[in-house]
Amino acid sequence: MEFFFEVLLGGLLAGVMYSLVAIGFVLIYKASGVFNFAQGSMVLFAALTFVSLLERGIPFWLTFGITLLTMVVLAWAIERFMLRKLVNRPPITLFMATLGLSYMIEGLAQAVWGAQVHGLELGISDEPLELGGMLLSQFDLFAAGVAGGLVIFLSWLFNKTRTGISLRAVADDQLAALAVGIKLQRIWLIVWSVAGFVGLVAGLLWGARLGVQFSLSLVVLKALPVLIIGGFTSIGGAIVGGLIIGASEKLAEVFIGPIIGGGIENWFPYVLALLFLLVRPAGLFGERAIERV
Amino acid sequence: MLYRESGQFITDYRADRRIFRLWQARTAFYLLLLVAFTVVPFIANDYWFSAILIPFLVLSLAGLGLNLLTGYAGQLSLGSAAFMAVGAFAAYNFHMRIEGLPFLLSFVLGGLTAAGVGILFGLPSLRIKGFYLLVSTLAAQFFVQWVLTSVSWFSNNNASGVISAPPLLIFGRDFSSPVGRYLLTLTVVVALAFLARNIVRSELGRHFMAVRDMDTAAAVIGIPILKTKLLAFGISSFFLGVAGALWAFTYLGTVEPHGFDLSRSFQILFIIIIGGMGSILGNFLGAAFIVLLPILLSILSGSLLAGVVDPGQLENLQKIIFGGLIVFFLIKEPFGLARLWQNWRERSRVWPLRY
Repeated sequence: MEFFFEVLLGGLLAGVMYSLVAIGFVLIYKASGVFNFAQGSMVLFAALTFVSLLERGIPFWLTFGITLLTMVVLAWAIERFMLRKLVNRPPITLFMATLGLSYMIEGLAQAVWGAQVHGLELGISDEPLELGGMLLSQFDLFAAGVAGGLVIFLSWLFNKTRTGISLRAVADDQLAALAVGIKLQRIWLIVWSVAGFVGLVAGLLWGARLGVQFSLSLVVLKALPVLIIGGFTSIGGAIVGGLIIGASEKLAEVFIGPIIGGGIENWFPYVLALLFLLVRPAGLFGERAIERV
Repeated sequence: MLYRESGQFITDYRADRRIFRLWQARTAFYLLLLVAFTVVPFIANDYWFSAILIPFLVLSLAGLGLNLLTGYAGQLSLGSAAFMAVGAFAAYNFHMRIEGLPFLLSFVLGGLTAAGVGILFGLPSLRIKGFYLLVSTLAAQFFVQWVLTSVSWFSNNNASGVISAPPLLIFGRDFSSPVGRYLLTLTVVVALAFLARNIVRSELGRHFMAVRDMDTAAAVIGIPILKTKLLAFGISSFFLGVAGALWAFTYLGTVEPHGFDLSRSFQILFIIIIGGMGSILGNFLGAAFIVLLPILLSILSGSLLAGVVDPGQLENLQKIIFGGLIVFFLIKEPFGLARLWQNWRERSRVWPLRY
């Protein structure tokens, strides 16, 4: 039984890492209705920029600042050269555009910084911590803390600040928001920058875990089922979805995996998400769309 | 005045039902077929057949399959490669396990198996829509690949999971030479493109488009959504399955699950975006583009930009260009190369005048 709980807790903590990526999606989807497939490449790009600058001997916080600035510039370029020209197109078109965008960012990141694997040391020891007889990864606990802080920061941003309120107005109804004088383009820039910031945080944690390399951009495929279970429009949903996926994935890997042959972690979250969808077609916390003709 | 249609009156229903109503279009099409079947086999060399023409044809067919689902029926899918894999492995297994089964029949059976799997993964589309549907197709992508690699029965208990395709014997003749494989692929692709063209202008095709444009409205006017969506998944997967079988048998010569990964699905999606969604011709244009662009880029960087671009950067450059083109096409020409071709045709009707 103790082993079961250890696996469960390890899974829950791993799930928080998925949530970190999923939050970036939710932000953009909420404010612009774009399903941003490029979030994974943004994670890769941020982590690669960060680690490459760090290796050139620039101090940690300065590097963090420069990378953040790069992400803002990237957000500006995306808004200026892509989103602005795709206003009023069907969501499916915007999704495919972000698919192209993810190819561009991946190619750019690797063209500029090279394709080799970088190690990233954040100064957090990865020694297992014993807690009530169970071994827990210290690093995962730290990541969970960061994710929690991020959620609190984002909900403060969304609920208390003036910018946050206009973000919510845009998410609610773009035309009405325009009519009361909210600058749509500024909002998009802010949202994509914040998503870039979330991507940077996720990239650092994932990068410290796996090494900064191309496969970082594939975390998008892990975040997708998380998003589906939680619903596209809820940050809290992203966290809950991440926990569900993380825990069930680890449990399935340990307890079901040996029976049907290993390597099920690639498809298991998707099948799980599919089952959830059959019961709740808009995810756990998603807004149910009303269909009109 | 390159292209004039005045004076061509349609006086009976048969003429009205033609695929190409203008004699210019008809003649051009027949000439193209004639060249493809009789001239190309004599002038092209083996490199052309195995590196350009065969992958071009197979990818066009795969694009055709996805276009029926995404371009016509409006259901976004990222699992195309999975259905190709099902087609390839099913065709291989049918051929190997049933003694004396004709090759073409095993292709058809492979396609039908893929159609069955496609319908299975299309079932959730009745309840979930839009981006949520991506999950179902991605589940297909990962699950099928996992099954094919981990259940060794499908690859005939071969240790490496890579099996070499048997020689292509059809009607007692060997089609294993590059020319033979080209002709075989061409025949299958032309036949299926003809079928697809007729599907999209039939009642079923119109149901597809109604569901794409607004499925609630389609349901209100009495289109059976359930049947239409499942048929879209089934037919699309049939095309993809046959394309997968061709990919394995005539192009690669081996059957393996790794060739059918997620990046293949993306490639097929890019074909229909660049070529044109909701167009039959677009698949061919898009596939030609996707096959030729990397070759063109490597030639260019080899001669023109020699020394400027490091060969290791070529792949990154290619990614940036592909991504950029996708965005460019979506912004400037959402209907792709097919629409450019159509515009050119419209303009050549009135040339040298402007309108």
